[in-house]
Amino acid sequence: MRRGLLLPAILLAALAGLGAAAPQPGVNLDLVLADAPAPRLSDYRLFLDAGADRPNGRVAPYDLVTPLFTDHAEKDRFVFTPQGRRIGYTATGVLDFPVGAVLVKTFAYPADLRRPDRDVRKVETRLLVHKASGWTAQTYVWNAEGDEAVLKRAGARVPVRFTDPAGREVALDYAVPNQNQCKTCHQVDGAVSPIGPKARNLNHEVALAGGGRANLLALWSRAGLLEGAPAPEALPRLAAWNDAAQPLEARARAYLDVNCGHCHSPAGSASNSGLFLTADETRPAALGVGKPPVAAGRGSGGLAVAIDPGHPERSILAFRMASGEPGVMMPELGRTLVHEEGVALVQAWISSMPPARRPGD
Amino acid sequence: MSRITVCLAVAAVLASASGAVEAATLVVTPGPDAQERLQTALLDAKPGDTVQIAAGRYDLTDGLSLDVDGVTVAGAGPDATVLSFKGQKGAGEGLLITSDRVTVKDLAVEDTRGDGIKSKGADDIRYLNLRVEWSGGPKEANGAYGVYPVSSQRVLIDGVVVRSASDAGIYVGQSRHIIVRNSRAEFNVAGIEIENSMFADVHDNVATRNTAGILVFDLPNLPQMGGHSTRVFNNQVVDNDTPNFAPKGNIVASVPTGTGVMVMANRNVHVFDNAISGNQSAGVMLVSYTQAFNDPAYNPLPRDIVVRDNRLGRNGWDPKFPGGPEIAKALGGPLPPLVWDGVRAAGGKPAEVKVRLADGPVLNLNLPGPGRVDAAAPTVSASVIDAAFAEPPAVRFEPARP
Repeated sequence: MRRGLLLPAILLAALAGLGAAAPQPGVNLDLVLADAPAPRLSDYRLFLDAGADRPNGRVAPYDLVTPLFTDHAEKDRFVFTPQGRRIGYTATGVLDFPVGAVLVKTFAYPADLRRPDRDVRKVETRLLVHKASGWTAQTYVWNAEGDEAVLKRAGARVPVRFTDPAGREVALDYAVPNQNQCKTCHQVDGAVSPIGPKARNLNHEVALAGGGRANLLALWSRAGLLEGAPAPEALPRLAAWNDAAQPLEARARAYLDVNCGHCHSPAGSASNSGLFLTADETRPAALGVGKPPVAAGRGSGGLAVAIDPGHPERSILAFRMASGEPGVMMPELGRTLVHEEGVALVQAWISSMPPARRPGD
Repeated sequence: MSRITVCLAVAAVLASASGAVEAATLVVTPGPDAQERLQTALLDAKPGDTVQIAAGRYDLTDGLSLDVDGVTVAGAGPDATVLSFKGQKGAGEGLLITSDRVTVKDLAVEDTRGDGIKSKGADDIRYLNLRVEWSGGPKEANGAYGVYPVSSQRVLIDGVVVRSASDAGIYVGQSRHIIVRNSRAEFNVAGIEIENSMFADVHDNVATRNTAGILVFDLPNLPQMGGHSTRVFNNQVVDNDTPNFAPKGNIVASVPTGTGVMVMANRNVHVFDNAISGNQSAGVMLVSYTQAFNDPAYNPLPRDIVVRDNRLGRNGWDPKFPGGPEIAKALGGPLPPLVWDGVRAAGGKPAEVKVRLADGPVLNLNLPGPGRVDAAAPTVSASVIDAAFAEPPAVRFEPARP
């Protein structure tokens, strides 16, 4: 279903800009570091073309082991780092991006998800920009022609139609987040932060354009983009949520980490819930096992606990993931559709847990 | 006096010397694109600014949010400026506030799909002269909380009306230094609820036609636990008679219909000088948390509780809690106005619980442990006076301004 990572040939070409004189002007670092966001995506010169398909020098594509589900949108990710700066390796948490770094993510829909390279319509391109004062989040919404994206701070709804992997026609009111909603998910202790580019979620093999495969982080290290990273076999690795060859629990926990853990952590927006779904959480009650809801309201679905081991049908966690109704659904931002494969994964994990003893058993 | 004058003069000079920017008023009016214009104003506001929402009805399709410190969001009155979320397509609440020193006042929020107005980690928040309502009346499909400050310090709720929330109309959770006053909660499951919080004054409110009037609770497995030091006084807690319509699974779904004041698993709660009548299950109820928990830091018992000098009318004539009807039958009449589960020990430590229940008579169920209604040994006494407890100090704060 994936369009596939923009191939490392492009990555290496992009990184070649490290030394060679680029024919075009580079990324506009002054604009990147300015207080105010640029009115148009193209102002930053992150891309060489109006359609934002060809990254400029020092703009490197990347992909995640397990991505966030966003209504089946295809995502193209890039990272820009300023000349002379490197990304610092950290074993846990988000990599240490230098000031001036920009994380770029374009959300797009092919007309038919089964033919991901054809008739692709870009919807929005989100930027996380590392200013001297910290990270900021902005999004740029594409015009119908796909040749210009303009700043949209207050959010928007964009009608989108596509054919899903099962061949069904889907129409949805795609939600472009407002600037605060970006921060609702993208925060650690109240400050804006990236979510995805953690070592564990970047540590995977990607296909090379000229054939063969290579580890993405090793590639970044070789290209001088990343410093301090140990060899790939010593790196932490998140399970790929959709790789059936990997253990069920690891896949489900990876899925929850990526889709829920940014809010459901002690430093996240949902800290007050006491439900913590990050990959490093080990306490069963904090993960939801036998945990009654706190402020769920009708989100409880009439069920008593977040996870009833062995019983996904009695687990609020699975109930809220399977809902598309505001006020009930989780995550409450970032999707309007139900991710059926994700729900099935979490249900299977809950089913696999040994049931709790109950009175009368 | 003279020193104060000097200080003010210096402050004024400093303000002008630093080129302090005048506070601005960003006016939003009804009409097309109200969602985007209103949200843009909430993004553009600087500390000290006011986002003024003109009178009229605003049909909103998504949640609004504010993340700038020191901003006032003001309407033209709770019946004049109406933010309607009937067509809401996303977000867990109508308005979300995540910055400090914010005042929201003089407007109404209607028909949100989730909570009405939520503030999280928002210190010095003030909710003033607001109406939050689900217009279809009490329904399980209504949002959980009307106003919902959580994880905050110095919370003021004054002159707020909430109707038909499917959990608590006015809910304050995991916070410290709280005042809820001059407010009205009706047709909610819980009228006013203070949960996992310290130092709260709940006074001069009206809680009526809810399932239960005022709750002071503490729950396990939350970042802030061990709620204590709450005063509930000068409230009218009358005629709470709406059948419980909370979705199952939520703690308030277990609250008996017709409860006046309920204290669960909390310490140093003083309930006094309230008018409490017309509550069919009980006037004041003190109960343990009865569900399983595995948090060793959590104490499931109400303790150091004072109930005194309340004006208790007719209560407890048709109790809706487990074992209630049988006990009423055995007593041959309505239950006493104060009902205590009588659990005195938790975790094997005996007699750690003391109370001062001066408004009698008191029904003591003498349960051997939380929820052990099966082993109730009810007794009725004029009062239960174990000890005297110093009243928590009055909660006083002037929220810091920008």
